Amino acid sequence: MDIQGIHSILLEKFGAHAVGVATHPAIDPWIQVEASFILEVARFLRDDERLLFNHLNDLCGCDYLETDPKKVAKFGHEPHVEVVYQLSSLKLRHQIKVKVVVPRWRNDVPGELPVVPSVSSLWGIANWHEREAYDLVGIHFEGHPNLRRILCPEDWVGHPLRKDYAFPLEYHGVRGR
Amino acid sequence: MSMQIEDPRVVEFDVQTDEMLVNMGPQHPSTHGVLRLLLRTDGEIVHECTPHIGYLHRSAEKIGENLSPPQYIPYTDRMDYLAGMNMNLGFSLAVEKLIGMKVPERGMHLRVLIAELGRIASHLVGMGTYGLDLGTFSPFLYAFREREIILDLFEEACGARLTYSYLTVGGATHDLPDEIEIPDGLASLTGRKQGERFPFTDVIEMFLQWLEPRIKEYHTLLTRNTIFIKRTAGQGILTPEMAVSYGCTGPVLRGSGVDFDLRRDGEPIYTNMYKDYDFDVIAAPFKDAPREVVLGDNWCRFYVRMLEVVQAIRLVRQAIPKYKAATGSFREVFKLNSKLPKDEVYLETEAPRGQMGFYVVGNGEGNPLRVRAKSSCFCNVAITDQICRGVPLADIPAIVGSLDIVMGEIDR
Repeated sequence: MDIQGIHSILLEKFGAHAVGVATHPAIDPWIQVEASFILEVARFLRDDERLLFNHLNDLCGCDYLETDPKKVAKFGHEPHVEVVYQLSSLKLRHQIKVKVVVPRWRNDVPGELPVVPSVSSLWGIANWHEREAYDLVGIHFEGHPNLRRILCPEDWVGHPLRKDYAFPLEYHGVRGR
Repeated sequence: MSMQIEDPRVVEFDVQTDEMLVNMGPQHPSTHGVLRLLLRTDGEIVHECTPHIGYLHRSAEKIGENLSPPQYIPYTDRMDYLAGMNMNLGFSLAVEKLIGMKVPERGMHLRVLIAELGRIASHLVGMGTYGLDLGTFSPFLYAFREREIILDLFEEACGARLTYSYLTVGGATHDLPDEIEIPDGLASLTGRKQGERFPFTDVIEMFLQWLEPRIKEYHTLLTRNTIFIKRTAGQGILTPEMAVSYGCTGPVLRGSGVDFDLRRDGEPIYTNMYKDYDFDVIAAPFKDAPREVVLGDNWCRFYVRMLEVVQAIRLVRQAIPKYKAATGSFREVFKLNSKLPKDEVYLETEAPRGQMGFYVVGNGEGNPLRVRAKSSCFCNVAITDQICRGVPLADIPAIVGSLDIVMGEIDR
């Protein structure tokens, strides 16, 4: 099934406030899901007989921010953080991209991580992918059983894939620059 | 009053064993690099096995945001360093999909030829090191002897032996050489004079002719070896449902009986490369498996790799005449100052260890906004906690080895 068909099924089930009025056009179009609905939508995508998205190919975070003030006008995106879910169905052989867009900081307080419900109860691998997204991009996945850093050391400060990440000058006596 | 024990056997039941935490790694030889497994053991039995990764983290994704795609190709080599060619191919295809570039036919056949040779080399290492994990040394030597010749051929093609950066955006950096000196290793193995010159494709054919009968030897050495079967069959069973839920891909998924291969089922930009090729997707269960084998155990995963080598040989054989017959250029030129469009793509390719995905977000500038490398081994190693419960400590290397992980790809 193509993405338009999948979107119309979701639209019928959850309504436009949850999954948007239409898909977003791109090389691979995507469906934007409201953060508070992602767990329900994901469960429906996995279990509905017409969809059966049993395989979570990838889950990653992406930070949209232009730190150079001269380029902000050309940048074209409002500052935000995205969680991108790449799903595919090994039975029905179709795939989609689902996105959740959240503000860069919760309540615009720098340091307060944005919150997205965890889907680790649906796909086993989401556990590790969400830990990686938390570690590198700084997204708090609510309901995750073990949200710890996975690639960086546990006492690391900051989230390296944020665009405004300040490179550390020193780590346990090792000079950074 | 003296203590009287009526039944001496009671004492044995009173003995309490403590649970112990055992650190395996990060410098353990059987963990294929710097993987640390934290085991909670009760005597010989492992109750919990928690993998800790990140010792080889080199910030490849952050580096990708500051480099243009051709500059980033060498970093993809260093992800899965045993199959550098396939990593180059995955990233190149993702960028080509983003900018809408079409690789000429000659370039496509060249890529199939090179990528499948890379798959043979990678699976040979997988076989050899799995033998090492189980305590036999000879298959390792055989495997490396064969791999050496593939590395010699790659050296003739691009000058590097491990980190090739050969397949790049638009095709490859060079065309294949016309005529080369036969590699010394191949000359002595096939009884030819050293330094003799042959067309490059003939040398590949010579090598394949020599390699093909050797596969039977590996089966005698390992696959059908009673000790090997005892160590692998029925161990580390991964059910198809769990394999899919945990995002396992490649030989691990197909070893569990799920018939899925991106070379056949993937996106058009990738399957077009394999359109006119004839090959089988290998998936368990196998008719010729020993009696003890269970679907999704170590033996199945190992056997999938061995049979994929045979398929890869078939593909290389078909690629040679197609490559020779194709006229025109082997590449489309990607200008170094070109800008990436404001769009985003995600593309997965079938690397030897599973589906390697690249998510590239362009931003109207030369450097991408985000490069995400979804590693296949990352997903495959996440399963260890599930399949290593309740097994004896000695079987942990056998189970982890059967996943055939490369830490460079997991930690990126």
